[in-house]
Amino acid sequence: MTRFRNDLARVRGLGAAKEGVQHWWLQRVTAILLVPLAIWFLVELVAHVGAGHREVVRWLDDPIPLAGFLLLLGAGFWHLALGLQVVIEDYIHREGLKIALILLAKFGCLALALAGILSLFYIAFGR
Amino acid sequence: MTANQRPLSPHLQVYRPQLTSVLSILHRITGLLLGLGTIALVFWLMAAAGGGRSFKIAQSVAGSIPGRILLFGFTLCLVYHLLNGIRHLVWDTGRGLELPQVYRSGWLVATATVLLTVAIWFAGYAVAGDWFAGAPE
Repeated sequence: MTRFRNDLARVRGLGAAKEGVQHWWLQRVTAILLVPLAIWFLVELVAHVGAGHREVVRWLDDPIPLAGFLLLLGAGFWHLALGLQVVIEDYIHREGLKIALILLAKFGCLALALAGILSLFYIAFGR
Repeated sequence: MTANQRPLSPHLQVYRPQLTSVLSILHRITGLLLGLGTIALVFWLMAAAGGGRSFKIAQSVAGSIPGRILLFGFTLCLVYHLLNGIRHLVWDTGRGLELPQVYRSGWLVATATVLLTVAIWFAGYAVAGDWFAGAPE
């Protein structure tokens, strides 16, 4: 069996960081949630190709598509934030820049999710 | 230190591309592109929230030739990331990790991605005829 821990980690004997699995796990939880949501999204998108504004408003007035869209944005941006973090950690090795970019990715995902969710509420209940 | 004897991930610049490594990096690339696509989706929702006029502009951008090409690319990325993501979830259960199985599922995902994307676009055109051309409102 290959030993993956380096010498320093073995000497310190601290074991795993304990919380590292949380990121991995949430990436899977959101992924599982996104499988049916993505299929639903593709079907709905095809069904509403070229829809006019009134048609889109009527579509999102219904609680089921509205809930689907909210879940899609919530799970999607969460999944994206976790994924972006991994990519940044893989390729950016300057500590300060890495942390700054991860924060930027997370805040960006949060802001976009919020913008999308508020838009949905506005479409459904705004007028 | 024995750090240099630890396993290395396949660096794109030095490894000969194989189906496994190409599909792996494509999962990451399509994930990043989907992130960009989701930004566009949020803008589309904001345009719809803004009312009929801003929505009409968003629809005409989406329906233009470059818009359609980007939407086709978005569909391709979404279908690939979805199917390959399911492949990853199966792997996470410890199944399908033998090399022949990995290649079989890899080709399956690649083929199904192309077929499904084309099918979705056929369905889209069938639903709307020449969509976007002049949606009322």
